[in-house]
Amino acid sequence: MQEKELIPQLYRSEFRKITAVLCRLFGIEHISIAEDIVGDTFLLAAETWGFKGIPQNPAAWLYTVAKNKAKDFLKRNAIYNEKVSPAIQLASENTNEVEVDLSSNNIKDSQLQMMFAICYPGIPPESQIGLSLRILCGFSIDEIADAFLTNKETINKRLYRAKEKLKEDKVKIEMPPDAEIDKRIDNVLITLYLLFNEGYYSSSKNAVLSKDLCLEAMRLTYMLAENTSTNKPDVNALLSLMCFHASRFDARIAPDGELILYDDQDISLWNNELITNGEHFLNMAARGNVVSKYHIEAAIAYWHTADKDSPEKWEKVLSLYNRLLIIEYSPIAALNRTYALAKVYGNEAGIAEAEKLKLENSNLYHGLLGELYTGVDNKKAIDHLTTASKLTKAAADRKVILKKIEKLKAG
Amino acid sequence: MKDFALVFRNEAGSEAKIAPETFAALQAEWQKWVGGIAAQGKLTSPGSRLGLDGRSIKPGNIVANGPYAEVKDTLRGFHVVKADSIEEAIEIAKGCPILTVGGSVEVRDIIPVETRYPIPQS
Repeated sequence: MQEKELIPQLYRSEFRKITAVLCRLFGIEHISIAEDIVGDTFLLAAETWGFKGIPQNPAAWLYTVAKNKAKDFLKRNAIYNEKVSPAIQLASENTNEVEVDLSSNNIKDSQLQMMFAICYPGIPPESQIGLSLRILCGFSIDEIADAFLTNKETINKRLYRAKEKLKEDKVKIEMPPDAEIDKRIDNVLITLYLLFNEGYYSSSKNAVLSKDLCLEAMRLTYMLAENTSTNKPDVNALLSLMCFHASRFDARIAPDGELILYDDQDISLWNNELITNGEHFLNMAARGNVVSKYHIEAAIAYWHTADKDSPEKWEKVLSLYNRLLIIEYSPIAALNRTYALAKVYGNEAGIAEAEKLKLENSNLYHGLLGELYTGVDNKKAIDHLTTASKLTKAAADRKVILKKIEKLKAG
Repeated sequence: MKDFALVFRNEAGSEAKIAPETFAALQAEWQKWVGGIAAQGKLTSPGSRLGLDGRSIKPGNIVANGPYAEVKDTLRGFHVVKADSIEEAIEIAKGCPILTVGGSVEVRDIIPVETRYPIPQS
């Protein structure tokens, strides 16, 4: 393989591993230094490999260089004795040489601990997602900016502020004690859920990148499920939900990047392996006596992988949305519930319920009413769809709505 | 928006008189009704359903058996909803399925916390 392809690939797989280990070694106040060291390592790889050819074991080469750079940093660092974490001081007192442990076990532990450190409620959710993408997923700043539809400067500022806050609040890079895991994991799951949604409902044009966000969210959630102390029912429920949604990846995006609505999808493109995995994790989630919102959402997603239309399906989905809303209100759940209600009781009943929601500023609200009025009162349907198209930010969604309007006007 | 409690009363043990399939349908209706309130963001709390194992404690530490069996208006549970006025809360309550099986709903305003515990000014 050419080093031109190899280096980006290694960057994606190894950056996050080395960075997590170094962050944990240096402490939360030196996240940026850890990033810089790993960045420099890749830069050096690009220079050296171009000259001398690719080493036999490229990953091991990166590890060795990063280790040496980390040791140099620790030696050179004047504030070493005061500020660097006591663990390193202890280690260095004994051997005078710090061990940089890049074993797969330590990599996993460090990544899990970083996950808990980054998913810290003291920084805003979008910063938690940004930092996760950078530190836990090894995304470049450009990619993160692209995913958030913003520019590099904004992301750099956002991440800088987040790191400062983590430093200020002296957030520890460690596993929470067992008794606290249930509480602390909540916030980790919220961030992973948002990260997944950011990809799944992305307004970015870059379909490959959007899918990557989803896959990364799944990988991180899977790490939690793999670890005994974090393998909780709601972790499995979230993973199950992600698998069910992800099973439609190939069916929901047309080759030209256009969104294909659920009803128009080619079922043969649904990924059965992911559906089976989703069922497996849903079963795992059922051990225990918690029913979290992820359980209910996973159950809804499960029904969406079953036959497209059956009375039983929509009755179940409606009942699940009712339960979900009773646990936690969200406008999306309210709209989806109304859609399910219309499927069970007919469009007129759906319209009556929808109009009670009073979400006039939401494109989805008008989209739903447009859908429900179709065939009942096409003029009203067109009015709502027109409002929806004006309120919609994502170009792909607007296209879908405009198509519907055209169809209505023609029919 | 203010909070109102919807308090449900019905004859204790009335479920026993209802056919199982009617009961299941009633439960589904109830869930649909509460789901509809929640979908409008107006469910403050799903409250609690009360069971029928009860005792009444009266002055002098007299413990009497549960207030049921012969009592038509046994307290069965409550939800807390948000509404602009008691009239709106009443409109919400009118959809309660308990009304179709001989029960009743009482709508009560809930006194906000700050009025309940005034902070002494001096």
